[in-house]
Amino acid sequence: MTLIDLANPTRFLALTARLLPWLVVATGILLAVGLYQSATAPDDYQQGATVKIMFIHVPNAWLSMFVWAVMSLAALGTLVWRHPLADVAAKAAAPIGAAFTFLALVTGSLWGRPMWGTYWEWDARLTSVLILFLMYLGLIALWRAVEDPSRAARAAAVLTLVGALNLPIIKFSVDWWNTLHQPASVMRMGGPTLDRAFLIPLLVMALAFSLLFVTLHLAAMRNEILRRRVRAMQMLQAQAGKPRA
Amino acid sequence: MTALSALIRRDIRIALRVGGGALIGVLFFLTVVVLMPFAIGPDLALLARLGPAILWLGALLASLLTLDRLFTADHDDGSLDLITMSRTPLELSCAVKAVAHWLAAGLPLIIATPILGLLLNLDVGATAAVALTLLAGTPALTFTGMIGAALAVTLHRGGLLLAVLVLPLSIPVLIFGVAASEAAITGPSSFGAPFSILCALSLFGLVVGPYAAAASLRQGLD
Repeated sequence: MTLIDLANPTRFLALTARLLPWLVVATGILLAVGLYQSATAPDDYQQGATVKIMFIHVPNAWLSMFVWAVMSLAALGTLVWRHPLADVAAKAAAPIGAAFTFLALVTGSLWGRPMWGTYWEWDARLTSVLILFLMYLGLIALWRAVEDPSRAARAAAVLTLVGALNLPIIKFSVDWWNTLHQPASVMRMGGPTLDRAFLIPLLVMALAFSLLFVTLHLAAMRNEILRRRVRAMQMLQAQAGKPRA
Repeated sequence: MTALSALIRRDIRIALRVGGGALIGVLFFLTVVVLMPFAIGPDLALLARLGPAILWLGALLASLLTLDRLFTADHDDGSLDLITMSRTPLELSCAVKAVAHWLAAGLPLIIATPILGLLLNLDVGATAAVALTLLAGTPALTFTGMIGAALAVTLHRGGLLLAVLVLPLSIPVLIFGVAASEAAITGPSSFGAPFSILCALSLFGLVVGPYAAAASLRQGLD
């Protein structure tokens, strides 16, 4: 089973129909474990109980960038290989990524209020994530502005690849500029600086959110394929019902 | 080479003649800047403080307004198809078109800046600083905007969609442009660092913009 075999939507639908229930169960279990571990994690000596916002905030922020990276791969699939599922994948991922980015911004500002004393600060990390959110919305607007899906797919692919330039800026913004947002403490050279009591629940939550994304993404792709089939059938029916000139 | 120089001369000539619309950008720039004192009140000290930001916002919006014409007119009369099919690489043609567009629509904005600076109570040094940052930064706006213009022409949609797609990409230019002008006027921070980043953004746009625009024209036109 290679990527080319999946180009057949019927085969893709059959495979995901078998896969999805397992994914849903695994996501549920991991989320439950992660949430339990987060709730029972010790309070931070400085931040108190608010440190627990991290277990929601950080996975959302990671996913917001990861989803754009997935869309960039799908954009390459559209432009280079003309893989028929690539534009379905790119279209289905955009609203999910926008939701993750929005949640990262909201949880971040809720965490910022007690810690920094402000909901919003125009520093490099926050601004670049806000730009990412705006670009997600622009991409969704582009998808919705054009009727023909394959034409929209190619335009969206170009825009996705251009927007991918923002990802390294977000990742390294905390190192390049002197910001209020703290620098990286998990994915950094020389290993994480986070204590094990926080690190393990965080990683479990990150894994759970990644699985959540995969589950939602596959389900959204199935919906998109079915939606296109319905549209094609409706157009055929409309053509059949049209009186001959 | 002759093809490219012919293209640049043709584009500039069309933009400056009747119906070209390049100078409407300057008029729009003037109008936006004149509107500002009505919105924030004719307080000269406040206007001088906000001046660089107002000039930058005006230039950003004015260059966005004229971007629509970068490919649509050529698409309507069919010359875009000829450019796409010619032996000159499409990336080079796109880059040349963007340069011509900047010369016709971007440079007048910078020439108009000293007069508008006078209206906003900026002194000579401050006006020169803003004009210099605009000179370094507006090419980046043209090059990133060209990507949006190419997408818009392949989708037969312009206007608001173009603005929504292009504006987020132009935020870095705005940040460093205003930072450099503020640093030159008041700031203790250095003028050099943001100004170099601004130049870097323009050079970066010169590399990425034509490739992305050419890719979307190639994929989208049929």
